[in-house]
Amino acid sequence: MDHFDTDILILGAGGAGLRAAIAAAEAAPDQRVALVSKVYPMRSHTVAAEGGSAGVVQAHDTLDDHFNDTVSGGDWLCEQDVVEYFVSHCTREMIQLEHWGCPWSRKPDGHVNVRAFGGMKIERTWFAADRSGFHILHTLFQTSTKYKSIERFDEYFCVDLLVENGRAQGAVLLCLATGEFCAITARAVVLATGGAGRVFRQNTNGGIVTGDGMALAFRHGVPLRDMEFVQYHPTCMPGSGVLFTEGCRGEGAFLLNKDGYRYLQDYGLGPAEPQPRNKYMELGPRDRLSQAFWQEERKGRTVTTPQGEAAVLLDLRHLGRKRIEERLPLICELARHFMGIDPVDTPIPVRPAVHYTMGGILVGIDTASPLPGLYAAGECSSIGIHGANRLGSNSLAELSVFGRVAGEQAAAFAKGAAAAEIPALLDRARAAEARALGLLNGKGGGERHSVLRKEMADSLEKGCGIYRLGDEMQQACDRLADLRHRYDGITIDDKSRAWNTDWISALELGYQLDVAQAMAHSAIARKESRGAHQRLDGYTQRDDANYLRHSLAHYRKGASPEISYSPVTITRSPPGQRAYGALGEQLEHARKEATHG
Amino acid sequence: MADRDRLTIELWILRYRPAQDEEPHFVSYTVTYTEEMSVLEALQSIKDEQDGSLSFRWSCRMAICGSCGMMIDGTPKLACSTFLRDLAPGPVKIAPLENFPIERDLVVTVADFVKKIESIYPFIMPKETKPVEAGEYLQTPAQMAAYEPFSDCINCMLCYAACPQFGANPDFIGPGAMALLQRYNGDSRDAGSRERLDLIHGEDGVWSCTAVGLCSEACPKLVDPANAVNQNKTNSAFDFFLRGLRKENHS
Repeated sequence: MDHFDTDILILGAGGAGLRAAIAAAEAAPDQRVALVSKVYPMRSHTVAAEGGSAGVVQAHDTLDDHFNDTVSGGDWLCEQDVVEYFVSHCTREMIQLEHWGCPWSRKPDGHVNVRAFGGMKIERTWFAADRSGFHILHTLFQTSTKYKSIERFDEYFCVDLLVENGRAQGAVLLCLATGEFCAITARAVVLATGGAGRVFRQNTNGGIVTGDGMALAFRHGVPLRDMEFVQYHPTCMPGSGVLFTEGCRGEGAFLLNKDGYRYLQDYGLGPAEPQPRNKYMELGPRDRLSQAFWQEERKGRTVTTPQGEAAVLLDLRHLGRKRIEERLPLICELARHFMGIDPVDTPIPVRPAVHYTMGGILVGIDTASPLPGLYAAGECSSIGIHGANRLGSNSLAELSVFGRVAGEQAAAFAKGAAAAEIPALLDRARAAEARALGLLNGKGGGERHSVLRKEMADSLEKGCGIYRLGDEMQQACDRLADLRHRYDGITIDDKSRAWNTDWISALELGYQLDVAQAMAHSAIARKESRGAHQRLDGYTQRDDANYLRHSLAHYRKGASPEISYSPVTITRSPPGQRAYGALGEQLEHARKEATHG
Repeated sequence: MADRDRLTIELWILRYRPAQDEEPHFVSYTVTYTEEMSVLEALQSIKDEQDGSLSFRWSCRMAICGSCGMMIDGTPKLACSTFLRDLAPGPVKIAPLENFPIERDLVVTVADFVKKIESIYPFIMPKETKPVEAGEYLQTPAQMAAYEPFSDCINCMLCYAACPQFGANPDFIGPGAMALLQRYNGDSRDAGSRERLDLIHGEDGVWSCTAVGLCSEACPKLVDPANAVNQNKTNSAFDFFLRGLRKENHS
């Protein structure tokens, strides 16, 4: 097996991984950085983020407002000290991206422009038309090429972390082109592998979003935190789940039911005004909007698409061609090309689809996991800023702010760490290679992994969807246990080594099943409704007395995960009633009076 | 819906597995499809239900990640945004992107293309450095318009598959990298044109282009790399002329 030694190993080269690599290279130019990705970096799923990234910049906006929007948006399940750090570093990171060339959309005077976003009181979302993630990713990738200390391993798939003496010291990689393995040993390891939305059927995610890093850390004893909180984005393409950015609504789009009625006013988000006010109506948060869709569907007030999917209508017409084409070119392309609909004169049928995993690898404010030497940033991590529901435009900001922290922290740790224990690590690497080859060459019982994947996605969608029931969650848990068992007997058609995507998909499915189990078991254990976790079986209210706590899923080999809980850090925003629309404004007013009174 | 018409279409897919095939050859598959089904979805259904050994790259499904470029009936296209309804009744010929070495099936070698991207100094070399604390550089919408279209390149390499010059000379820097070069040279914040222009004077640089414009036709994002190449020819010629003048002044 090839062996490569480095100082800082970064797994994942999307927004968070690239930002971490650049930060490490700048903080410690004498240290070597190995940047690994299972795809070329510019294919990473950051590329598909559309709407923009938060950072307080307007004179009438404040860090306190961004803090309060984020904490109430997360239904108070946020680590408030982390949110405080986050909001105070977002703008700096957005400016840094600007200095590196990110083509943020501008105002006529040349300053960066911002748009409104759901659940945000003031416009603070920096945007590059509706290709914000694409431009951030390409900017970071291109900028990363100027640092000589960064060595990339493009199209290398990680099959295991190397842990020795209770410290993360590397990873075992499979080179996709050759099918050969290599071990990278390191003094510090950063996971930046993204989310896990592909465990659900209808989702906005790219095929690569399979929770690899979450499962890798999980299997090595790092808890996955708050995994029951899975975000449904309310406006996605029926069938494929492809995303139509919240930026549409930020620009003023309406959501209509089959009668042309702006139904969100029936769900505590009104009043409906011609220009939606921030935190009202279409500019409410994603969990509430997806829940409202579910209710409308039950009332029979949705339209049915040719594919047989229920949908509501995203109406941009009143914005006019010029604004639509200038601010939302990708949305135009997707609607016209994929659906044959011109949003300039026809509303787009949309429905919720799984978009984002709020939970992830447990890390502290410094991005360090409980496993020494292991750091995590971006969607794969749970640093605690999103709580029970993420606000749109906080995730691109997160990968920038905490990608940098992870790179700096890993560099500092690597500097003080002992050299990797290479002989012992290589023994472990060979064992991991043997396991992966066992999956490839095993005879199995003839079942295809694609069958299991579909069943997994169906069971999660049924059991852990927008609204949840105890018995349906239990069924999901049971089906996942069965799938886990059947996974050991799958047969891989393709036994060759070079570019064996059959094998890679099977390895990914192993990760997905672990993550899916963490989600389902965390969900059934939370007997309350909060943010994106809504139950209809007697636990319809938030229950701070018992559940103002983070869930922690612990891996158990050959068994379902064990769930425990940990406290939430509350610094200055005591849990209050979460409301939007007119009531939200009243409550916010009252809170302000109370603090200033 | 159950009562929707179920149509079938035949796909001829170029297969090549280095360990077992002497050379690439077409294999026929038949898939059931619906109106909205993309070529990518057809490939996925083949892989899931018929033959797990078929390899191809894909990820986003929405024409932004640039992974799934391939030749579809002889034209370079993104599989995710090409629809079977437009290719019926078939058979549809699917092959890896032209002008690139095949690694396996529909997977071609990307590394050389990425090296070209890296070679053009694809980052801002600031006119005036300032700390982040000093805020953003100002850039008017008009200044942005000068380079922004070139920044929309998704690196899908369709333009390289369409480019006869690249086909004849794999060292030619090619349309995509040239568009990226123009993206930075045209940026009001950047002062790196000199270094980048040095690159494109060479024999594998801008003058290799014979201006057939097929690259811009192939581009799924309307980036217009042919225009970038032309702007660079102008810049390159002007730069050459200026250098001549300077030399004369020095002599």
